[in-house]
Amino acid sequence: MSATATPLSADQQARQRWIGLLAETPLPVLEAAVTALPQPPRYTFLRTPETGSALVRARSGGTGSRFNLGEMTLTRCAVRLDSGLTGFSWVAGRDRRHAELAAVFDALMQDPALSDSLDRTLITPAEQRRDAARHSTAAKAAATRVDFFTLVRGENE
Amino acid sequence: MYVAVKGGEKAIDTAHQLLAEQRRGDAAVPELTLEQIKNQMTLAVDRVMTEGSLYDRDLAALAIKQARGDLMEAIFLLRAYRTTLPRLATTEPLDTDTMRIIRRISATFKDLPGGQVLGPTFDYTHRLLDFALAAEGDTPVPVPADAAPLEACPRVTALLNAEGLIEPDTAADDADPGDITREPPLYPADRAVRLQTLARADEGWLLALGYSTQRGYAKSHPFAGEIRIGSVDVEIIPEELGFPVRIGSIEVAECEMINQFKGSKTTPPQFTRGYGLTFGHGERKAMSMALVDRALRARELGEDITAPAQDEEFVLSHGDTVESSGFTQHLKLPHYVDFQSELVAVRALRAEYEARRRAAQNGEQESRND
Repeated sequence: MSATATPLSADQQARQRWIGLLAETPLPVLEAAVTALPQPPRYTFLRTPETGSALVRARSGGTGSRFNLGEMTLTRCAVRLDSGLTGFSWVAGRDRRHAELAAVFDALMQDPALSDSLDRTLITPAEQRRDAARHSTAAKAAATRVDFFTLVRGENE
Repeated sequence: MYVAVKGGEKAIDTAHQLLAEQRRGDAAVPELTLEQIKNQMTLAVDRVMTEGSLYDRDLAALAIKQARGDLMEAIFLLRAYRTTLPRLATTEPLDTDTMRIIRRISATFKDLPGGQVLGPTFDYTHRLLDFALAAEGDTPVPVPADAAPLEACPRVTALLNAEGLIEPDTAADDADPGDITREPPLYPADRAVRLQTLARADEGWLLALGYSTQRGYAKSHPFAGEIRIGSVDVEIIPEELGFPVRIGSIEVAECEMINQFKGSKTTPPQFTRGYGLTFGHGERKAMSMALVDRALRARELGEDITAPAQDEEFVLSHGDTVESSGFTQHLKLPHYVDFQSELVAVRALRAEYEARRRAAQNGEQESRND
């Protein structure tokens, strides 16, 4: 998009992917993933979970000038692990615990000792689950695809 | 003007208790849950979010329950809540080209890349009451998945654009678009402000105005170029990161109307555009919004302004349901002092009128006696 003129580094792309997936992962899945960690994460809040709004922008005609469509609820959080790594989250909706855990996992994913296993057990499965849901919706929509036939009019002539 | 009144606290409290009792209805009937509203009254939820100008399905469901199903009251509740939220971010513009489509139709081209996808629509139903739904436990037959996936659905307007037959719609993104929640609207308003106002406006108001343009008040010869419904990712660029991240996705309905334009001294004849976008599956609202958006572009396109739907101040300043229902309903508040002064005035006028009538009668009698 307009603000991303410079291409992202591989690290940035990887982080972009997991932050986006963590924002959409259901809370029970995140809770289970915390429980499954070898030891419970120790962290302090840089920013306690806070709910507010995001102003949703769109473009006239989809491609034209920007305008403000409305707002949506958004909860954000920032944590610092005892290891010093910091994690952030911005999650649509008002679930503070979701924002907290998403920030914790953002920090944990930056830990080379944990990132591979977390990617395998949490991030990639989240992506697969999301893709499967999207695929199922698209396949149902595709089943309603229609071919209209135009009939010649003017049979009275 | 209404004046402050005192007292009545007990009656007011009891009235609200009665409201709560009537909202609950027959206690023998199970209470409605928010999950039920959210999952089974989805179009009501969509409308409340769109006109409440806040995308949050849980809050919209709560508002509908609290308002006893009165959607205007629910919209008011959501708007009031919205004002309590600190604004944490501004999203990147939604990229509706990447919409994951559940419905996509065009009334202008029969065969178009991506095809016509009907999706979950009331169109082509017979509008006969379905008594099977009255019997609970009705489980719909699951929709089979189609083996052939949806192809990419390029914009219909982009197809016309390739031939140069429609006005281009691109932007430089220089200044931030105006925000009517922060700055009061000024007239004439630019298109960004108009679109924001229309997006929050009452569907019935826009539907009626759009309909009026079809019936000849501001002839705009519209075609539904494309209607698409589906979900789009929402991204923000947090300062802390400096690159975009997805915060979730929302469902939207988009309508692009294509309208005739005879051209002007500087512009060759071409098609013009009207645009509508709503939260959720607000298809009828998106269509109405697109018609009214186009009508309101009369000034910009050098068309004669002859019809209500082209009158920007009239259209924009009367479409907000919170404002219009607020001002209409404020008439219920005590206007006792106002009305007292009107009473005095009418009594005085009546006395004058009677005196004049009596004087005229006396004059007639005297002239007859002569």
